Amino acid sequence: MSTHTVKAFDQELTDLGRRIAEMGGIAERMLADATTALDKADIELAQSVIEADPRLDAMERELEERAILMIAKRQPLAVDLRTVVSSLRIAADLERIGDLSKNIARRVVAIDGRFPSPKIVGGVKHMSELAQDRLKRVIDAYAERDVTEAIDIWENDEEIDQMHGSLFRELLTYMMEDPRNIGFCAHLLFCAKNIERIGDHATNIAETVHYLATGAVIVSERPRDTSAYKTVDG
Amino acid sequence: MSDAVITQEPARSAAVQSRAKVVARDVNVHYGDKHALQQVAIDVPEKAVTAFIGPSGCGKSTFLRCINRMNDTIPICRVTGHIEVDGRDIYDPEIDVVQLRARVGMVFQKPNPFPKSIYENVAYGPRLHGLASTKAELDAVVEDALRRASLWNEVNDRLDQPGTGLSGGQQQRLCIARAIAVNPEIILMDEPCSALDPIATARIEELIDELIENFTIIIVTHSMQQAARVSQRTAFFHMGRLVEEGPTEQIFSNPKDRRTQDYITGRFG
Repeated sequence: MSTHTVKAFDQELTDLGRRIAEMGGIAERMLADATTALDKADIELAQSVIEADPRLDAMERELEERAILMIAKRQPLAVDLRTVVSSLRIAADLERIGDLSKNIARRVVAIDGRFPSPKIVGGVKHMSELAQDRLKRVIDAYAERDVTEAIDIWENDEEIDQMHGSLFRELLTYMMEDPRNIGFCAHLLFCAKNIERIGDHATNIAETVHYLATGAVIVSERPRDTSAYKTVDG
Repeated sequence: MSDAVITQEPARSAAVQSRAKVVARDVNVHYGDKHALQQVAIDVPEKAVTAFIGPSGCGKSTFLRCINRMNDTIPICRVTGHIEVDGRDIYDPEIDVVQLRARVGMVFQKPNPFPKSIYENVAYGPRLHGLASTKAELDAVVEDALRRASLWNEVNDRLDQPGTGLSGGQQQRLCIARAIAVNPEIILMDEPCSALDPIATARIEELIDELIENFTIIIVTHSMQQAARVSQRTAFFHMGRLVEEGPTEQIFSNPKDRRTQDYITGRFG
């Protein structure tokens, strides 16, 4: 795209993109570390995820201030307006992803290494890997303004939902087998829920990338896996 | 793109469903050898605001001036093509140009009140066109026009004072009162706020919002924000051509043409 007559405007827009990329990197790292901490029962790593969160929150606030100032100073229109609005929306999604990763890390601290069976964590770990892949792809799609990739990510989010559903059933089974598993499994259920939400935020970002690149909003009902909402005997 | 995905454009402006008041086709304007306007075609909806935007020299004011045949006053100017107001060709030789200009009023960039009293500025047109037969009728016409231009409350106690003694914003509203006093159907505004401060500008914009109940308004403006605020439709002119015309929301959020996008986002011009 050609440059603005006012060069500072170009720099400000580039700066917004750079900040989103940086926030995306931190959010990815937080989710990956929280998952590793859960898998390896690494309390120290979990603490580092909890400590990383305020940085992400501060970055979101800074980006928001800059975006609002740009609207006031430059009165952006068309693709520029969409760039500014999209950066606000994506920053909010990334900040939430950071919060959800931090919640997983907190549960790792709460579980404190008392794993009945490492096997049980495998499902959550796998689910997290899927979410990490989606997050990475969608941040790349943002950087490249890649509509095709954004639509692909947007359309294929049922895998995480399905895994969440089957994990839910699996954990219920463990809990019924032995009531001593309940506390641990309940924590894992919340971790799985957090990861499922992270997947949803990645989907939001895909929608925003589509809007940013085309100016149009995606509207269509996606197939939904709702099995996690059904009772065991229902 | 996958079939499963339905994309939706931003909501269209609901305001503009009215019929076309002005219809232009194949309009070309030459100033001597210079081909200033090329093959312009547009429908201007009734009782709505249409904004013409574009860089200086793009032809937007030239086209505006075609709509009340103001270009006739420029000897080297030649207009070809077809412009209709209410289905009637305004370049038909049988058209009375003075009558046409009463139907299609104009407000200019710099407020240009006559060097006469406030009252006389507004009364001039109605008197010329025989719109009032008694002094009382003329008083009523003047008051009505000043009220509709949101100026009455500020000047009713000094109607005999010179119009040129008013502030810039008041002078511009006086010019709008003068234009609407002869009951036009269309008001052409050529950068009406470019010489005004932000408060006076806001009052004119507020006035434009009120005027579309009764008038069709076409405004030429260099302020993108003004076009976005006041108009329902926007037309972008560039190098003598009408590049893109559409609902204002769409032009400013998601223009179709690259040149429109570059212009409104400040990438050239």
